[in-house]
Amino acid sequence: MDVLTLSRIQFAATISFHYIYPPLSIGLGVMLVIFEALWLKTKNPLYHQLARFWTRIFALTFAIGVATGIVMEFEFGTNWASYSRYVGDVFGSALAAEGIFAFFLESGFLAILLFGWDKVGRKLHFFATCMVCLGAHFSAIWIVVANSWMQTPAGFHIVGEGIKARAEITDFWAMVFNPSSMDRLFHTLCGAWQAGAFLVVSVSAWYLLKQRHLSFARASLRVGLVVSLIASLLQLVSGHDSAVGVAKNQPAKLAAFEGLYDTTTNAPLTLFGWVDENSETIRGGLAIPGLLSWLTHGDANKPVLGLREFKPEDRPPVNFPFQLYHGMVAIGFGMIAMAALGFLYFWRGSLFEKRWMLWLLVLSVLGPQLANQWGWFAAEVGRQPWIVYGLMRTSAGLSAVVKAEAVLGSLILFTVIYLLLFAVFVYLLNDKIQHGPDDADLTPTGKLALPFKA
Amino acid sequence: MNFGHLDLNTTWFILIGVLFTGYAMLDGFDLGVGALHLFTKKDEHRRLMLNAIGPVWDGNEVWLVTGGGALFAAFPNVYATVFSGFYFAFVLLLVALIFRAVAIEFRSKQPMGWWRQMWDVGFAGGSILSSLLIGIAMGNIAWGVPIDERGEFAGTFLDLLRPYPLLVGVTTVALFMMHGAIYAVMKTEGELHAQLRGWIKNCMIFFIICYAVTTMATLLYVPHMAARVRANPWLFSVALVNMLAIANIPREIHHGRDGRAFVSSCVAMMALMGLFGLEMFPNLVLSNPEFAHSLTIYNAASSTKTLGIMLTIAIIGVPIVLAYTVSIYWIFRGKVKLDRMSY
Repeated sequence: MDVLTLSRIQFAATISFHYIYPPLSIGLGVMLVIFEALWLKTKNPLYHQLARFWTRIFALTFAIGVATGIVMEFEFGTNWASYSRYVGDVFGSALAAEGIFAFFLESGFLAILLFGWDKVGRKLHFFATCMVCLGAHFSAIWIVVANSWMQTPAGFHIVGEGIKARAEITDFWAMVFNPSSMDRLFHTLCGAWQAGAFLVVSVSAWYLLKQRHLSFARASLRVGLVVSLIASLLQLVSGHDSAVGVAKNQPAKLAAFEGLYDTTTNAPLTLFGWVDENSETIRGGLAIPGLLSWLTHGDANKPVLGLREFKPEDRPPVNFPFQLYHGMVAIGFGMIAMAALGFLYFWRGSLFEKRWMLWLLVLSVLGPQLANQWGWFAAEVGRQPWIVYGLMRTSAGLSAVVKAEAVLGSLILFTVIYLLLFAVFVYLLNDKIQHGPDDADLTPTGKLALPFKA
Repeated sequence: MNFGHLDLNTTWFILIGVLFTGYAMLDGFDLGVGALHLFTKKDEHRRLMLNAIGPVWDGNEVWLVTGGGALFAAFPNVYATVFSGFYFAFVLLLVALIFRAVAIEFRSKQPMGWWRQMWDVGFAGGSILSSLLIGIAMGNIAWGVPIDERGEFAGTFLDLLRPYPLLVGVTTVALFMMHGAIYAVMKTEGELHAQLRGWIKNCMIFFIICYAVTTMATLLYVPHMAARVRANPWLFSVALVNMLAIANIPREIHHGRDGRAFVSSCVAMMALMGLFGLEMFPNLVLSNPEFAHSLTIYNAASSTKTLGIMLTIAIIGVPIVLAYTVSIYWIFRGKVKLDRMSY
């Protein structure tokens, strides 16, 4: 394999492994804030126990997220040096802002969240939890801004020519609020909230199935279901907005997502199928006429651009993003159905007898994880052949001095280490879940045990 | 002095120096604690070592992440050349940092002896390897690396492992071990505290030998790294501060003033980094043998506009960061005690 393929595989592998964890940190961060707020409000020690248990899970996901996150920052320099020279002026500022505004906030207050239970009072601890959650959200903001700039560059101009050419900022806020950043940020955050909420739902449902920690599991499940339902419904809105944005800003990508070759009015929405990229047709598909035009323009009579409008060398792969995009959308609807049904049964009080539903909820944790991964793969592969859309080709972004053997070596190294880490993570996560909440956590200690002031 | 006026490029040279100095002073002690970790034999002692850095190591590492981000944004050509040129060294550094981070988190999660030993080795190995690689990178930048006319690294991985950079690498390990030992003494009490007190002496001797050899080697073989001090003799005061700060450490330790010994160690690091920066300026990466191809704060920088925007970000962000960093160190002040939430 050539250095381009290997470098792309390595970046994809390291970032998709990393991306198992940040959505959990963001989503569980929100859950921790809710649990602690409920504790402060209701003074019910059960919520203290919830906060303590989920903090332990949070710490585990956070640690691996931090450890694997620094890899991507370094890879911009090691594997994509020409890209770094080209975009450093623009992209680097977003990355530096992420360090200053997000990572310091997150890691600083994490100390209090994890180790400060007996050292600080309730309110300060709650404040620290809020700051960790806020920091996690800030990190999403800056990295999604940076990535969105690669999808829809704005607020810059090109200086220099040939290999000396590079993008320089002209308008910082235009760069931050580039045409896709806010839609994509909202979409990413909804996915993260779903990841956190469905993990809570899944573990609680499992306890209910096993008849363990029942009052803990009920309280946990109730909050989990409410958040997952809200996040899943918001995700429907943000998903639609993102797709409309892609149609407007990156028409070749949308055409690939939908397997649309011919520009046409009344464009159909293909529900499923297999894109044959050689004959440029969709096999065995089911399509609803006019729906794609209607979804993108609110009018079935308006045209949607097809892939034939683009020169073959400017087209992304089609079937791969098509399948992942459709898989993501299908899971998205599945998540809504699952959260709504779970909520309905819970509300009626019949959920605990419906073992099949509880089993579904146990498995639901995989939904957001798969949808997050597939969505990002579709977004990044759909941007190809560009590393910065319309400006720089992926092949032009490589490091000039790094050879294929070196990348192969590091790829093997990362793969082995990540497989090991993942095995240990699953083992420890399972161990913590089997161990369950600590009954000692029903009685707060230290300064937290001071009586509530009336 | 030929520093000229304080333009944005110079400001960012200083700010990045400040970020990396902050990294050395803060992550330096937890890397050092890691390097000493295997010398402690009892599980309880190892837990105390880990919990001494437990609440803060993660924040300390953010100084590296932010320093890297700032370097990327302010001097993208340096970032691109150094990271792609030192490819395998940076991959190894990543591996070391990953193992170290997860080892701290994973170790306490199971009671089995083999489990804990495995992560102890990961923690110590990762810490030593990270310190060594950071030192080797610094040594190479001081010695100079072959850079071609496009500004790309023109050497190989083995070129990076010459004696001088290796010497700087070992000196860095020694410096961090001494720094870590002082920090650990400050945070512990009883048996472990007494034991660590003895180790500080050994760490000091190890460091002073390395430091003396490195200084001699620099003066003999890397003359360009002493040129500015030769030209501006008053800069020798920085070197003097460095030596006095180092000499002050055993004195403070002898009187049992561990906190002041730690401050001395920090001052020594600041002076060392200050000297390094003074000698390098205005170069960021020296090209050797073709000095004309060196990457400087001008030919490797981002646009003035971006440097200005980043300065605004730094002026807003840094005071906030310092405020809560100080508060967190304050909340976790005092001797470390093991409890239910500890590692």
